Amino acid sequence: MTTVDTARLREPSKEELLESYRVMRTIREFEDRLHVEFATGEIPGFVHLYAGEEAIAAGVCAHLNEDDYIASTHRGHGHCIAKGCDVKAMMKEIYGKKDGLCHGKGGSMHIADLDKGMLGANGIVGGGPPLVCGVGLSAKVRGTKQVGVAFTGDGGSNQGTFLESLNLAAVWNLPCVFVVENNGYAESTSTNFSTRGIDIAKRADGFGMPGVVVDGHDFFAVYEAAGEAIRRAREGGGPSLIECKVNRYYGHFEGDAQTYRAPNEVENIRRERDCLDMFARRVTDAGLIERSELEQIDEEVRALIDEAVEEAKAAPEPGQADLLSDVYVSY
Amino acid sequence: MRRITFMQAINEALAQEMERDPTVVVFGEDNAGGAGAPGEDDAWGGVMGVTKGLYHSFPGRVLDTPISESAFIGAAAGAACSGLRPVAELMFVDFMGVCFDQIFNQAAKFRYMFGGKARTPMVIRTMYGAGIRAAGQHSQSLYPIFTHIPGLKVAIPSSPYDAKGLMIQAIRDDDPVIFFENKVLYAVEGEVPEESYTVPFGEANFVREGDDVTIVAIGRMVSFAEQAAEELAGDGIECEILDPRTTSPLDEESIYESVENTGRLVVVDESNPRCSLASDIAALVAQNCFEDLKAAPKMVTAPHTPPPFSPTLEDAYVPDPERIAAAAREVVEGAGARA
Ligand SMILES: Cc1ncc(C[n+]2csc(CCOP(=O)(O)OP(=O)(O)O)c2C)c(N)n1
Ligand SMILES: [Mg+2]
Repeated sequence: MTTVDTARLREPSKEELLESYRVMRTIREFEDRLHVEFATGEIPGFVHLYAGEEAIAAGVCAHLNEDDYIASTHRGHGHCIAKGCDVKAMMKEIYGKKDGLCHGKGGSMHIADLDKGMLGANGIVGGGPPLVCGVGLSAKVRGTKQVGVAFTGDGGSNQGTFLESLNLAAVWNLPCVFVVENNGYAESTSTNFSTRGIDIAKRADGFGMPGVVVDGHDFFAVYEAAGEAIRRAREGGGPSLIECKVNRYYGHFEGDAQTYRAPNEVENIRRERDCLDMFARRVTDAGLIERSELEQIDEEVRALIDEAVEEAKAAPEPGQADLLSDVYVSY
Repeated sequence: MRRITFMQAINEALAQEMERDPTVVVFGEDNAGGAGAPGEDDAWGGVMGVTKGLYHSFPGRVLDTPISESAFIGAAAGAACSGLRPVAELMFVDFMGVCFDQIFNQAAKFRYMFGGKARTPMVIRTMYGAGIRAAGQHSQSLYPIFTHIPGLKVAIPSSPYDAKGLMIQAIRDDDPVIFFENKVLYAVEGEVPEESYTVPFGEANFVREGDDVTIVAIGRMVSFAEQAAEELAGDGIECEILDPRTTSPLDEESIYESVENTGRLVVVDESNPRCSLASDIAALVAQNCFEDLKAAPKMVTAPHTPPPFSPTLEDAYVPDPERIAAAAREVVEGAGARA
């Protein structure tokens, strides 16, 4: 494992910090609102919320350009928002509406926007990492400076596709970054059980690539590690693995009673390690940003999510012809 | 008789076989749940709760797995060859994509390739079907792919009674069995004997008798066919409904026998239409009952698209009683019928 070479990294500007805060707040508000709306029974299907893990998506995507690619997971809303997907179109998608980002055909687990470099949330655990190897290959062959980032859970890191992708990316020296979001659980199963207590980042050693562990609640820790890995990838230095240790605020999916968790487990984390609180404290203590500037963002985001939900509920359903369209480009 | 749900019927079958035979083991992701976690043991009993309670009743024989389907589905095949009768869970059949080699190149081939020397008594329990708004990667009905593979047996229960009897048969069977559970059927109740019993493979169930048209329906589609038949009976059209219960082996004889009597066939299959159970059964009937047919066989299936997410679209995707009734009417009195 290597340490982050901070000397080569630029500090984020005030504008960039405000933007990252807005991303994190948008994700939080989006997810908290879905938690409430899901309980009314109006949202179809499975919904996996990203609340608590916002610093990872924001800290990684802050370094990505629009033409860089990410591949996400079933817990994908945060990645989508951080990569620039339209929040209102996402909400419509989650409600299964015609003007949703995937025209109501994908839903929460499959939100994608290729124009934004968002290769899709994914219903298949471990589905994303191989795709990101392909993105890396494409960038390399076409001689662009694009980078691909795969987000995977701790559970997903036990999938053959993940481990094969690490090796392939190393062997082909691809501009890829593998980000493991270790939130301690895969459904109800603890990471302690499924990975025998080692840091997942250690697996990088076995494939000859740098691997680091960072605090996934800490935007600045993620930002630094991701900056280094993405820079290395862009400059032809090959793939890296970043393990972010983090926590999930809600159940595996909405409706999960979570009897496998300790009492107060989430309350304690929310109180002590909330990524938004930590961010706000740090930037205000350092005198970089005024509290009121953050509050203004909070307000704007709240209004945006209110509108998104309202519009999604009122939006038209897909029509019967939509059932048969878009199976092929041509046939 | 006592009534229990489809889910309870499967749970009871597993428990009774585990009680009877110490070589039966159960594993899969979160089959107990809560492994290594600070809270409750057996927290989930599987994502839908099908295996709930087995963990405490059978210590050491209900195992949680990492998310590594290739490894643990393959381990079921290896364990089956070496003294166990594993029941492994592939949570959603859509996940066959990450472990299919272990199923079709490994487990399915041993018996034949090794000159009859191997026995692979394993069961893969797996969920299939649309209806819960789970979209393209959690809603497919992929049993035709497994039915296509020589060496695999495929069971698709449509009722709690069959679920229990077919599961016990599957566990006792010496070949690899893929056991398809329609996720929408879990809550359905029906009469189920408390004692252990088997439903033999390759024996169709005559769900309803009638002389005008044979409807072959599978899994969840059986109850839809019954609703259609009820409606048609009001108009004097008598449907005979056959539930094959296993698609491999397939009870061809019963299907032919029925078609010889009715002269008309509708096959209802929740999977996509090309190379489906519907196309397979329609082709078999066309080939073997040509003389008896008074109309071309009709297939009622999902369209040739992935399962959509939006409830509006998903409801249009899954065959329903109206479409089944329309197809039956057409073979009986419509353009499809010969004079
Ligand atoms: C191939 C495959 N296996 C199993 C599942 C079912 N499943 C969905 S999410 C999940 C847990 C994933 O855990 P992790 O990778 O840690 O991500 P998290 O949910 O914690 O974000 C499982 C087992 C699936 N969707 N795909
Ligand atoms: Mg996890």
